[in-house]
Amino acid sequence: MKIGILLKEGPYNHQAADTAYKFAEAAIRKGHTVDAVFLYNDGVANVTKLMDPPQDDRHISSRWGQLHKEHGVEILACIAASKRRGICDDVLIEGSEITGLGNLTDIAIRNDRLLTFGD
Amino acid sequence: MGNENVKKIMHVMRQAPHGTIYTYEGLEMILIMAAYEQDLSLVFIGDGVYSLKKNQDTAGIGIKGFAKTFMALDGYDVEKLYVDRVSLEERGLGEEDLVVDVEVLESSEIGSLMKEQDVIIHH
Amino acid sequence: MLHTINKSPFSTDSLETCIRFLQPGDPVLFIEDGVYAVQQANRFSETLAGVMKNNPVYALGPDLDARGISNIVEGVSSIDYDGFVDLVVEHQVNSWL
Repeated sequence: MKIGILLKEGPYNHQAADTAYKFAEAAIRKGHTVDAVFLYNDGVANVTKLMDPPQDDRHISSRWGQLHKEHGVEILACIAASKRRGICDDVLIEGSEITGLGNLTDIAIRNDRLLTFGD
Repeated sequence: MGNENVKKIMHVMRQAPHGTIYTYEGLEMILIMAAYEQDLSLVFIGDGVYSLKKNQDTAGIGIKGFAKTFMALDGYDVEKLYVDRVSLEERGLGEEDLVVDVEVLESSEIGSLMKEQDVIIHH
Repeated sequence: MLHTINKSPFSTDSLETCIRFLQPGDPVLFIEDGVYAVQQANRFSETLAGVMKNNPVYALGPDLDARGISNIVEGVSSIDYDGFVDLVVEHQVNSWL
């Protein structure tokens, strides 16, 4: 099955980014395709490589970057939401992209499921 | 009718406007999706109904108002606007308090609409 | 249709709102802070019992563990992320944020 994920909340502040990641990991492990993770609202802050959490904590943007590298999951930040919040190409973690809401619509159309995680 | 390439996508507005950005950015999402000729609907539940309230003036709080944008949805061929009757009534509001024409439905009717959807996005 | 609830019922009305729109047979899955709803003998236990008459109820085990909840209401199934995936494969999803 092909699954898209919409993540509407920023990293660390809320568990949404962690649940979305754990879900994606499990879906891939079970042989499903996670097509894309689309970041919206404060969710766009998930892809900044500038985050620098303490050593013993998870590194949320690296984790998304790895998911792209290892499983081809598109990690997409909404351009309008990114612009509001100072997320631009210069700060993107490798494997992520900034894109338009049209792309989210395509994700909704081409996947069997679109799951939302957020506050 | 019955075009398999058309998805039923429902946007559920559940938050009051202005206090958080969810409704405003939700509306931005809806306006883009409207260009893709999918079967879109909007449902207002809980504090989401406040987004449609007449006479909102945001000048004093320095945030752009957007109640009028809901009036423009018709021009984007987004015509399915549903409001949960319970949410409206428990807030002391009626249809005449809203900026747009909506269809007021019982919770069970909205529930069965939800069941038909391919995608549901809460804002 | 699978309904997920991620808020404590003590902090928002997500649970009570979701219940109004539930159709018989629709599974309900509590995740994140939503799992506090399924701890035994709380203010929402009766509400939950009502839901379970017509709907299967699940809670995400890792979220229960993280919050130290082991005494869950009888009839609620604890599932892991794999179980969450299985439910999503079976049903379209309505995430009550």
